[in-house]
Amino acid sequence: MKKIINHLLFALLAAVSINSHAAGGGVALDKAPIDLRNAESLQRGAQTFVNYCLSCHGAVAMRYNRLEGIGLTQEQIEKNLMFTTDKIGNPMKVAMDAKEGKAWFGATPPDLSLIARSRGSDWLYTYLRGFYRDDTRPTGWNNTVFDKVGMPNVLWQLQGQQILEVKKEGEHEVHTLKLAQPGLLTRGTESGGYDNKEFDQRVGDLVNFMTYMSEPAQVKREQIGYAVVLFLLFILVPLTYLLKKEYWKDIH
Amino acid sequence: MSKLDQVPEKVLGWVDERFPLTSTWKAHISEYYAPKNFNFWYFFGSLAMMVLVIQIVTGIFLTMNYKPDGNLIPGTNISVAFASVEYIMRDVAGGWVIRYMHSTGASMFFVVVYLHMFRGLIYGSYQKPRELIWIFGMMIFLCLMAEAFLGYLLPWGQMSFWGAQVIVNLFASIPVIGPDLSELIRGDFVVSDATLNRFFALHVIAVPLVLLALVVAHLVALHEVGSNNPDGVDIKKNKDPKTGIPLDGIPFHPYYTVKDIFGVSVFLVVFTAILFFAPEMNGYFLEAPNFDPADALKTPAHIAPVWYFTPFYAILRAVPSFFGSQVWGVLAMGAATMIIAALPWLDRSPVKSIRYRGPIYKFALTLFVISFLGLGYLGTQAPTTIGTILSQVLSVIYFLFFIAMPWYTKIDKTKPVPDRVTMR
Repeated sequence: MKKIINHLLFALLAAVSINSHAAGGGVALDKAPIDLRNAESLQRGAQTFVNYCLSCHGAVAMRYNRLEGIGLTQEQIEKNLMFTTDKIGNPMKVAMDAKEGKAWFGATPPDLSLIARSRGSDWLYTYLRGFYRDDTRPTGWNNTVFDKVGMPNVLWQLQGQQILEVKKEGEHEVHTLKLAQPGLLTRGTESGGYDNKEFDQRVGDLVNFMTYMSEPAQVKREQIGYAVVLFLLFILVPLTYLLKKEYWKDIH
Repeated sequence: MSKLDQVPEKVLGWVDERFPLTSTWKAHISEYYAPKNFNFWYFFGSLAMMVLVIQIVTGIFLTMNYKPDGNLIPGTNISVAFASVEYIMRDVAGGWVIRYMHSTGASMFFVVVYLHMFRGLIYGSYQKPRELIWIFGMMIFLCLMAEAFLGYLLPWGQMSFWGAQVIVNLFASIPVIGPDLSELIRGDFVVSDATLNRFFALHVIAVPLVLLALVVAHLVALHEVGSNNPDGVDIKKNKDPKTGIPLDGIPFHPYYTVKDIFGVSVFLVVFTAILFFAPEMNGYFLEAPNFDPADALKTPAHIAPVWYFTPFYAILRAVPSFFGSQVWGVLAMGAATMIIAALPWLDRSPVKSIRYRGPIYKFALTLFVISFLGLGYLGTQAPTTIGTILSQVLSVIYFLFFIAMPWYTKIDKTKPVPDRVTMR
């Protein structure tokens, strides 16, 4: 009987691993370096986000003063991360109207408040590093995980320009991204390859921040979680068990 | 005894002359005699009640900040409703705990209710004289499904929107009245703000009212005939000649109140572990596409209901269209839920509990559990050829469990049932 119970509970409760996040068109996703307790990384990510994303995308669920949660002071936020017209309690709205965005890019740039929860951090990390030159596209850019994407590579000055190399191996086509021209954060190595470390880190920080932004309470949630679960497990459960045992000692 | 000591007694006496307080307490709690041999499976009734309370209380607090408004915030592609949920998650004090309690509670409600129903299945709790308890229970289950479906629209995310679209369109496939019926449900030609508003009204007041009334009926009926037990023995057959109390019965309070409190604390470990460490439950409790705001022009690649509907959803998809109509799948899905209510009349076995049933029933039940879990899994997956064939096979097994029951429970060899309950 115990076995049946265990099996049933397992089947119903355990998360059998089906990845529910939107798949990246069959492309293997790289693991994003997420560390929500790393304030420096989050702050660098916020900086990149404000400089590179916020001109076209909004994050209306995110208020500027929420950035205090990643260790910034109100002064620092106002000085470094905000447009002068905004107030500290304002949400990160985009200056561009949704309709204009649609006219310019073919689709309204989505709000990014929750994008890390709908797409997944790994998807974002791979996507932001997966742009390549494609002259058939109106923007001149295409993407390995989001084919025919409307968004241009906004980080191209940092990344440089990638091209997609297609090789035929038997019946399969093998797609590889090659850096054709280095950017500010990438450089060629002596062995003829390219060093993307600095750029990858910048994108990693950005995705880390977007993950934080998608659920600012996450770190706190887990902290409280430890206290609650430990209390239940080591105090309430034993206590109620002993209470039950005491009452039931006469029942045979 | 001083005069002050008599005050509580006098107050109680005053109330009892006007309201059956003490007698109700005795009839349903302190002198309700339940069999002493309840096992693990008997925790889920009280747990379901606790989850119901969690849902109502957290629901009240969510309503204070949620706005059922499908209109877009000017200059953005985000609706007021969607934004208000994120407002709760970020700006309302303790809002995220309340919201996660509610979303985790929705799924856990189905976990405990499915286990509660399975208990009824293995111990024959639906058999005479408990048919009405079972019927009330089935009505609770239907209400619960309606409640879950209505509530799922409220965050107004992509899955909310498109899930509702798919389900409401099912009604449109019903001949003659279908198109008008689906329009009536939506309040519009498409899922829209009007739909959101009426779903909100139904979710927060109409269905919960019916649900509560049914829970009362479920319990009143239960206490009228008494609880079944893992042996399926009628404890009222063996009463103490002096007191008239069943020999195998113990008062619900304090014995089962303290036992259920223990059950609740163990359940809370699981509940809070999910709530604080995996509220999305890897996409099973909160689906990833639902973090995208509803967009009527962008159909998600794969529309899947939440896990608790997937067994029935798989049956829906397994049925091919005949005569150019999809209505057969809808009928099959409806029948799959309703046929459970017929169990008291399908089961012809002379014994209640699986402990004394023969091998045929055990085999049939195992197949049924496999088909239910299998369909549940297939319902989460995008349709494939092999998946559809598998769903069809499992659907047939699902229905055969019920349809063939009068026959196989009659010919099955049962074991003798003891006079008194056993403690194991």
